[in-house]
Amino acid sequence: MSKRVGLEASHAAAEAARMADVDVIAAYPITPQTHIPERLAEMVADGELTAAYIPVESEHSAMSACLGAVAVGARTFTATAGPGLEYMHNVLYVASAMRLPVVMTVANRALSAPLSIWGDHSDAMAVRDTGWIQVFCQNSQEAFDMTLWAFRVGEDPSVLLPVMVHFDGFHLTHVTEPVILPEQEEVDRFLPKFHYPYALDPDKPMTLGAFAPPDIYSETKIAQEVATRKSKAVAIQGFKELGDVFGRHYHAIEPYKTEGAKTLLLTMGSFGETAKTVIDTKRNKGESVGLINLRLWRPFPFEELRQAAKGARTLIVFDRCISFGGPGGPVASEVKSALYNEKERSRVVSFIGGLGGRDMSAKDFEYVIDRGRQIAETGSEELFEAVGIRGEVTGIRG
Amino acid sequence: MTGKRLKTGSDFTWKDIEVGNIVKEAGNAALRRTGDWRSQRPILDKGKCNKCGLCWLHCPDAAIKPLEDGFYEIDLFYCKGCGICANVCPKDAITMIEEEEK
Amino acid sequence: MKENFIKFGKNLVTTEEFLAEGHTFCTGCGEALALRLACKALGRNVMIANATGCTEVCTSPLPVTSWRVPWIHTLFENVAATASGIEAGLKILVQKAKVPEKEIRCAAVAGDGGTADIGMQALSGAFERNHDFLYLCFDNEAYMNTGIQRSGATPYGASTTTAPAGKLSIGQTTWKKNMPEIAVAHNIPYVATACPSYPFDLMNKVKKGGEVKGPAYVHIFSPCPTGWRHATDLAIEIGRLAVETGIFPLYEVENGRYRLNVARPKLKPVEEYLKTQGRFRHLLAEEIAKIQVHVDEEYAKLKAKVACFTA
Repeated sequence: MSKRVGLEASHAAAEAARMADVDVIAAYPITPQTHIPERLAEMVADGELTAAYIPVESEHSAMSACLGAVAVGARTFTATAGPGLEYMHNVLYVASAMRLPVVMTVANRALSAPLSIWGDHSDAMAVRDTGWIQVFCQNSQEAFDMTLWAFRVGEDPSVLLPVMVHFDGFHLTHVTEPVILPEQEEVDRFLPKFHYPYALDPDKPMTLGAFAPPDIYSETKIAQEVATRKSKAVAIQGFKELGDVFGRHYHAIEPYKTEGAKTLLLTMGSFGETAKTVIDTKRNKGESVGLINLRLWRPFPFEELRQAAKGARTLIVFDRCISFGGPGGPVASEVKSALYNEKERSRVVSFIGGLGGRDMSAKDFEYVIDRGRQIAETGSEELFEAVGIRGEVTGIRG
Repeated sequence: MTGKRLKTGSDFTWKDIEVGNIVKEAGNAALRRTGDWRSQRPILDKGKCNKCGLCWLHCPDAAIKPLEDGFYEIDLFYCKGCGICANVCPKDAITMIEEEEK
Repeated sequence: MKENFIKFGKNLVTTEEFLAEGHTFCTGCGEALALRLACKALGRNVMIANATGCTEVCTSPLPVTSWRVPWIHTLFENVAATASGIEAGLKILVQKAKVPEKEIRCAAVAGDGGTADIGMQALSGAFERNHDFLYLCFDNEAYMNTGIQRSGATPYGASTTTAPAGKLSIGQTTWKKNMPEIAVAHNIPYVATACPSYPFDLMNKVKKGGEVKGPAYVHIFSPCPTGWRHATDLAIEIGRLAVETGIFPLYEVENGRYRLNVARPKLKPVEEYLKTQGRFRHLLAEEIAKIQVHVDEEYAKLKAKVACFTA
């Protein structure tokens, strides 16, 4: 019988790793991820989980140790946040190119400087190009489900790619929410055992990580890109299987009350749930609005996004990160890029807020939608509008 | 080693590359003729050789092979002509001569 | 330790080459020989994690590999961490009965750069966590693969491309980082120095280090004709001189107790070693004298440690 408990997203993710019978955990503590390695260490110390817990001396070593563990065929898990994710940046590219399926939860946190332990998406945006499969969670239930999903998809023999499960630092990591935990039998039905086909083995000696001279490097990258694109089908399949076994249905793009909506708001992560309350209020008042929750960030769901945005006059995109001097709102720029070739496309309006732990209330999202509709009508000289900044902001030209 | 030749990157389309760029053929470097590097070559005088094996032991390229009769043979396919074997031989049984023009 | 390499016993050394012929190490490379011997000592039941460097580049240009044992390279700065993951992963998979129990050594291979400089943090962490692995540092005293740039292991007075001898400089102005002593400071069960000029001693130590439970560190002197500027046939001679002058003493530290493997009643003067290599040719008598004083001091310290903490 599945049970309903109150869990922080951190503990939910740790519980998922435990139910997945993870073999190796190599993690370095960093706020606001700390509850994850702490909970896992507790589980190992008490015998609730049989795993090798490697208390590495840095995040760079955390990911490096994870690669070694996967290379011998161990189901491997780690977690980090903000500057920790950046510290392992070099290794992230290696994980995906070498096709070593690690699962990592990222407690989204602002990058320094200035130092901020609080949440935003600058850490996630810095690793867009690393070749990992990436999803965003809105609540603790999703933190649990997506962690299991990550093992299922990343370790799939036709995929063999590492997966990041993003959820908001503090807003999710440190907030207790209701989570339905499945039976172990259900998890075992959903998640097959891990078999790494290129495991280091003296009986079958192979060379992993050869360097590539110019005459072959390009081909390796194309092969990697093709594999990354192909993984989307397995990602979708993974969502379907999760739905079949646990009864919770996820999608790459999740429209919320978008039928006939002239104005759509696109969010990623937990702030979308606050925004949904605003959508509810506005629709009750007869306003033609809806919300798109972007779940699958990589590989990017181009088709699903175009489908969801069809017919909307205005598509407001809310970012929690600034891409300095360039695209402004990273998600907004990718959405624009996805819609570029459409004959009829929405006007994309870009808002940035929620930086370094700055909260977004329902009122703030009300403002975003109203102001976004206005900008869509009148146009704006500014590339994006920053929400809740004290002092007038001008001169951010696109 | 006959019949096969050393693989190069140009032999591969992107589809031919193993997942993760893994090389499954252990030790396929043995097809590489590093003997082409030589500018001098070792000559072994069996008359002076005492079968001590120091030449075989000290060759960085494993280019000296033990024979059944206890003597050793220099494999010119690999030998880079460094001269270490001549340097360590306690019997001066190995001399280095200029590599002749092919 | 079952087999005894102390006697001259070439027949005990396998003729199998776990490092295949046809690699692209330079002509006369000391590291290539040291690696070949180490591989013989490790045998086939080993998993090797390798840092970026001469060894990695000369043995693994896609699609070609020199390796006849399982081998993985990830990055330059993290081999000890990758090896930690391999060791812990293997252990837990055996414990959870997901793989059968087999005697497999975990080894990490790196150069002096990947060990003493960029790889130091990962190494220190791996030692502290007490992973059961053998770390082999092949020390050619500079970042040789990228073009002879200085490292923390470059000896005083050596000319490298980023600390070149010039009108205002004698080249390296700092003393060589003492990696074996740093390893000893981590209280690991086995630390040793080795040199391919003493092949049985080297293989002995690699085998011992592989068999020891817990972390083991073997620091291997690797003469480099290209970077040190000497003739291609001199790697063995130069390695011997390094030991005989006290510049690179051969010793072991087992659980903190020291043993000198090659002791001479009197050390040869350092000049005999320095004059063999182009990287030192700019040194004047004054500098050579400084080096002599330093080497004598360090050797005296080592002998005092041997006397104090005898194995």
